[in-house]
Amino acid sequence: MAITKDEVKNLADLVRIQINDSDASDLARDMDSILGYVSEVEKLAVDVEREIPKLRNVFREDEVTNEPSEYTESILTNSPQRDGDYLVVKKIL
Amino acid sequence: MIDLDNLTILKAREGLDKNEFSSVDLVSAYQNIIKDKNSNLNAFLEVFDDALKQAKEADVRISNGESLPLLGIPFAVKDNILIKGKKATSASKILEGFVSPYDATVISKLKKQGAVFLGRTNMDEFALGGSTENSAFGPTKNPYDEARVSGGTSGGSTASVASGMSLCALGSDTGGSVRQPSSFCGVVGLKPTYGGVSRHGLMAATSSFDVIGPIAKTVGDVETIFDLIKGRDDMDSTTIGEDTYENRPTKSSYVIGVPQSLVNEKGIDPKVKENFDVSVQKLKDLGHQIVDIELPNALSIYYIMNFAEVSSNLSRFDGVKYGLHVDGDGLLGDYLQTRRDGFGKEAKRRIILGTYVLSSGYYDAFYGKAQLARVALRKKFDEVFKKVDLILTPTSPVPAWKIGEKSDPLSMYLEDIFTVTANIVGIPAISIPSGFADFEDKKMPLGIQFMAPHSAENILFDIGKKFLGENNF
Repeated sequence: MAITKDEVKNLADLVRIQINDSDASDLARDMDSILGYVSEVEKLAVDVEREIPKLRNVFREDEVTNEPSEYTESILTNSPQRDGDYLVVKKIL
Repeated sequence: MIDLDNLTILKAREGLDKNEFSSVDLVSAYQNIIKDKNSNLNAFLEVFDDALKQAKEADVRISNGESLPLLGIPFAVKDNILIKGKKATSASKILEGFVSPYDATVISKLKKQGAVFLGRTNMDEFALGGSTENSAFGPTKNPYDEARVSGGTSGGSTASVASGMSLCALGSDTGGSVRQPSSFCGVVGLKPTYGGVSRHGLMAATSSFDVIGPIAKTVGDVETIFDLIKGRDDMDSTTIGEDTYENRPTKSSYVIGVPQSLVNEKGIDPKVKENFDVSVQKLKDLGHQIVDIELPNALSIYYIMNFAEVSSNLSRFDGVKYGLHVDGDGLLGDYLQTRRDGFGKEAKRRIILGTYVLSSGYYDAFYGKAQLARVALRKKFDEVFKKVDLILTPTSPVPAWKIGEKSDPLSMYLEDIFTVTANIVGIPAISIPSGFADFEDKKMPLGIQFMAPHSAENILFDIGKKFLGENNF
C-alpha cells in the first residue's frame, strides 16, 4: 500500500510528536511491512454473531470517596510547573 | 547462610516462622547478590533504600506471632506498577521524575501481607517489545548468557528471579510479557485470566489485554502469590469474581490439545521443536492424552488492537501534568518536543501505527476487521475447550536472542505467535521451564506454555506441578 513520508508526517502531527525527515522515511518503510503483515487479519475476520460479553461496566454512586486535599499535594508535586494548586500551561488563545 | 538457590516462598515462610533467619537476613542476602550482579545484568532500575526498614517491620510482626504467606518475603516489582512514594517510569524518559501518588491494588495487598519490595525492575518502554531492548535505560541481560536478551517486556523481573537477586517478582502481560521472559530465563510465569488481578495502579498499555502476573521459581510459589493478589476490586471495573466463569475441577489426567500446524510453522527453532516434542512425550508418559487441534495465527489481530489502544493510552503523556517537560514554542511546541524527546522509537512507531489503523479511511480494513476476528477467535476457543482441558504450545518459537540481533520490528513481533492468543481471548496461561538446549556454547532455558479456559488457573497450577514433579513446594 506504500505509506508516504508525508502521510507519516501528518500522522506524527496528529499525535503531537515532532519527527524529522529521516525518521519519517524509516517509519514509512517499517509501517509498510508491518501493515502489510497485519492486513492478513482479513482472512480471520469471518462474519460471526456478536454475543453479550461476560464483562460489563460497573457503576457506583457519584460521590466523593477521599478526604479533601488527600491527594492534591502528591499529584501536584509531579507537575512540571505549578502555581499554588494550579498546573501552569501556556496560553492557547 | 540461607540456601537461596533452593529457596521457595514456602521454605522461606518456614525459616522465618521457625526463627532460623529473619526477614532482615533474607533481604540483606538478596541485596548482596544485587550488589554483585545488577550493574552487569541491569535487571533493577532502582534498588529501594528502605528495603531493610520494610524487612524490620516484617520481623516485628513475625516476632508478634503473625504468620502470613508473604510476610517478610522479598519481591521485585516491574517499573509500570505504582508503589506510593516511589518513582515509576515504565522504563521511559517521558516519566522522568514521576513519583507515585498511590499504591496499585496489588501493592496494597502485598503490603497488608507484609511483603518487602526490593526495587523496581527494567522492562520494554511502556511494555512495548519482547526483549527489554526498548527500555530507555538499556537492555536487561540474560543471566544464562549475557550476550542475549532476558526477554520482555517483564525481562527485569524474570532476570532478577533467575539470577537469584529476588525470590519472586511481579510483571505484567499484554501479549506474552510475563510468559516469554519467564521461558527465556528459566522461571515460572503466570498470565492470569483477564480481570483476574486488579490493574488499578498498573500503567495501561493495551487495556483490553493487560493483566498483572506473578513470576517465581516454582509453580507453587506463583500460585501462592496469585491467590493473594487476585479478586474483585472497586478500583478496576474489569475485575472478575469467583463466580464470573464456570469453576472447573482438577483431574488426575487431562486431555491436552496441541495446535500442530501452528507449532510446525516455519520460524520455529529446531531445538525448540525438539524440546517441545520431548515435553509432549513426558506428558503422555504421565498419563495425559495429547490431541491435535487447529488454531489460527492470531498475530494480526493482536498487533492491530495493540497499536490502536497504545496510541490512545499514551496520549496522556503531554509534559503538562507529570513527568518530562521540554519547553517548546507555545503549548503545541511543548507537546511536540516533550513527546519527541520522551518516547523511544518503538513507542512512537506504535502510537503512529495505532492512529493510522484507527483513522477514518482505514478503520474498517484494520480495527473493524480485528474486532470481528477477535470475536471469531473467542468462539473458536470455546469450541476447542469443549474437547480439551488444556492447550499446549512452546512459550516462544525461539530461545533468547542476541542483544541487537532483531533490528527489524516486524521480525520481533512474529516471535509472539504462541503467547498473544491468550490475551486476545482473555484466558489464563502459564509458562513452565522445560529444560535447556545448547545454543552456540551456552545452555539456554526453554519453556512450554499451557492455556486453560477462563478462571481455570487451578488447572494450570495442577498440570504445571505434575510436569515439574513439584510436591507443593
